[in-house]
Amino acid sequence: MSEFVSFKIDGKQCMGRAGEYITEAAERNNIYIPTLCDYKGTAPKASCRVCTVKVNGRVMTSCTTPLQEGMEIENETAEIQDIRSGIIELLFAEGNHLCPSCEKSGSCELQALGYRFRMMVPRFPYLFPVREIDASHPKLIKDHNRCILCKRCVRVMKDEKGRSFFAFYKRGAKLEITIAPELADKITDEVAQQAMDVCPTGALLKKRKGWDVPVGKRLFDMKPIGSEFEQVK
Amino acid sequence: MSSVVSGVLQEYGNDAGRLMDILLDIQAENGYISDEDITGIATGLDMSTADVEQTVSFYHFFARKPMAKYNVYLNNSAIAVLMGREKIAEAFERESGCKFGEVSEDGLISLEDCADIGMADQEPAALINGLVFPNLTGFLVKELVRDMRKGVSVDELRAHGLGDGMNNSQHLKATVNNNIRKKGAVIFSEYQAGSALDKVKSDRMSPEQLIELVKQSGLRGRGGAGFPTAMKWDFCRKAQGEKKYIFCNADEGEPGTFKDRVILTERPRLIFDGMALAGYAVGAHKGILYVRYEYMYMKHYLESVLTEMRNEGALGKKVNGIDGFDFEIRIQYGAGAYVCGEESALIESAEGKRGEPRDRPPFPVEKGYRGMPTVINNVETLCSVAKLVTNGVEWFKSLGTGQSTGTKLLSISGDVKYPGVYEVEWGFSINDILEMSGGDPATVQAVQVGGPSGSCVGPNEFERTISYEDLSTGGSMMVIGEQHDLLQDVVLNFTEFFIDESCGSCSTCRALAVMYKKTLEKVLSGGGRRKDIDAMLSWSPIGKASRCGLGQTAMNPICTSIKNFRYLYEGHIKNANEQYEGGFDIAKAVADSCEVVGRRPNL
Repeated sequence: MSEFVSFKIDGKQCMGRAGEYITEAAERNNIYIPTLCDYKGTAPKASCRVCTVKVNGRVMTSCTTPLQEGMEIENETAEIQDIRSGIIELLFAEGNHLCPSCEKSGSCELQALGYRFRMMVPRFPYLFPVREIDASHPKLIKDHNRCILCKRCVRVMKDEKGRSFFAFYKRGAKLEITIAPELADKITDEVAQQAMDVCPTGALLKKRKGWDVPVGKRLFDMKPIGSEFEQVK
Repeated sequence: MSSVVSGVLQEYGNDAGRLMDILLDIQAENGYISDEDITGIATGLDMSTADVEQTVSFYHFFARKPMAKYNVYLNNSAIAVLMGREKIAEAFERESGCKFGEVSEDGLISLEDCADIGMADQEPAALINGLVFPNLTGFLVKELVRDMRKGVSVDELRAHGLGDGMNNSQHLKATVNNNIRKKGAVIFSEYQAGSALDKVKSDRMSPEQLIELVKQSGLRGRGGAGFPTAMKWDFCRKAQGEKKYIFCNADEGEPGTFKDRVILTERPRLIFDGMALAGYAVGAHKGILYVRYEYMYMKHYLESVLTEMRNEGALGKKVNGIDGFDFEIRIQYGAGAYVCGEESALIESAEGKRGEPRDRPPFPVEKGYRGMPTVINNVETLCSVAKLVTNGVEWFKSLGTGQSTGTKLLSISGDVKYPGVYEVEWGFSINDILEMSGGDPATVQAVQVGGPSGSCVGPNEFERTISYEDLSTGGSMMVIGEQHDLLQDVVLNFTEFFIDESCGSCSTCRALAVMYKKTLEKVLSGGGRRKDIDAMLSWSPIGKASRCGLGQTAMNPICTSIKNFRYLYEGHIKNANEQYEGGFDIAKAVADSCEVVGRRPNL
């Protein structure tokens, strides 16, 4: 096993394993660093940039930066928190996130972070893009309005040959997720459910099912995002 | 699977890592990439069609629909606009009878926009079926379209005049001009092909000694970031890996940069010898020259140079007779994506993927191409190495300033009498540069140093010098005269460029640039408030949290111009003291409903 090293988060002395990602090391020390695109068990991509921290004065993403001895990490400084809430606001303003009518409301990580950062009105102009809902797939509904392009579904969901069910299409502001049509019959009810669970928002929904957990009793209704680390003191 | 697809797949050994070449070859053969081709490639490479599409759809020049017989891609960069691009666009539309984004009814001509094509010294310019047509005029467009209607081949279309230097050669036959305005001591002085490697051989220089020599010279990367070259090589030499790779980054995509274009055609041996030196230094046996798609017209020429080198023993086994040093070079073409100039995105692209930059660490010197230690150097950097090895460290250090040794190629464009490539010693000021290139200091409004990702500098800063110590640059210098609307024609154009070229992976780059554009447009339309200007400045740290230089600098056109030309922004603010939101246009908001009920807005 790799050696233990000491490091600091916001001045607090911590211990972690050399080479593990800063997000993991922080959790081990009961410190929450917000993430959105990161998904346990899958190589990180750092596309949302929400886990931005400063490491020895440099802006880095904690989900991709391996821990080293003596790192001084800034996590909840005013500067870093403003960047993070700026990113959350950016994601809200970029798409069409209408929480009250969304199946994922209460279990949505974007919404949960919106609450955590006490977002009221985004500092950015709403773009109100016109985006189609694609319900052509036999098992899944793809709602691009809610997609934050975190690439979780692309990275996690593969068939037994390693082929992607989901992939990016185009680039920049035109970027979206596509579903491989020829692999449709491999998306069973279980795979569809997994895709929906992997998605941090309501962009991928399993068809013919909904609202089985009532609003008010959903994941983040019961315990706010990040609280699992912060309440252990 | 069509025979074309199966043949191409076979040629590349069904290697998904060569997907870029597979797609480029299929498109070269069929003119576009069909649904059937996508399915064939996916089957052959054991990928899903979505996997193939994600690479195809990333690049600007891959076509998914049948194209016309003549495909015109007209550059829409800021310099092209300054040089009269709109008139050329109108001429193309008028003569061809179709609009941009369309194919003419007879299937003869298609018109598309594209980003900067590396011809800023001879704009307006277009790519037609991959060949460059610079210095376009309304008359020339008329002639071109008339000849297209006659069925004249693209090769013959360029008969209106081949360029100077090697552009005139049999393998190149390009209508491009070099416009070398100033030859300096390093890049454009005479070079005897192979002499750098001869020197290594005759001096029995070890790889470590070669790295030490480069270290002594003080050479730093010429791509813009200025990383010490010897340090990069040393890291790679010491990194563990069964194979190592040398990349030469010839994906110059920064609008206003075109110096690599000239080096590629005029001094290819300097580049390839520089790559071989890098290979010798770090222990690599394979070099890859990554060239932007816009320079496809050089493909046969560059390959002919490599063939010649193989015949001479300058590539292959025992390069130049140096025992134990085998080195090969291949050329990898891109397909139209600015972000691939970023070194880790370039590697991704060369591996057949979307050009999305990687997170660092690990750095390419540890884990680069196909997971192996990789050095990526700029064209100009590698040329400088070949020259300093040949002529010696003391000679090299005698050029430039203390911390910026050697020379720098500048690509000067815009409102100057003599746009072109200038090889200067480091330490010249912007005023010197204007004088040299025939810019009139009295009528120059701004100079964009380092391309859109650099700084927009006003006359009060023209005494600043080009050096790593002061204004560091990859070499793009765009001179903007006072007759132009700086915010509309330049700053907005640059911001749109970043939106188009963002890979989209980072939220901070993908979405923030759009917010900047929206807000700038709001200001330009007269609906802005002072607080909008300050807001744009305050968003900058969010963009700086992006993974690569594109996202980190996408706000630079707006933020540096606010800093240096704030009065231009304030000039658009109608009521300086009003605090309420001004961007809402009620007439526009109710236009649709008014139309439905057949009324005019009563405001």
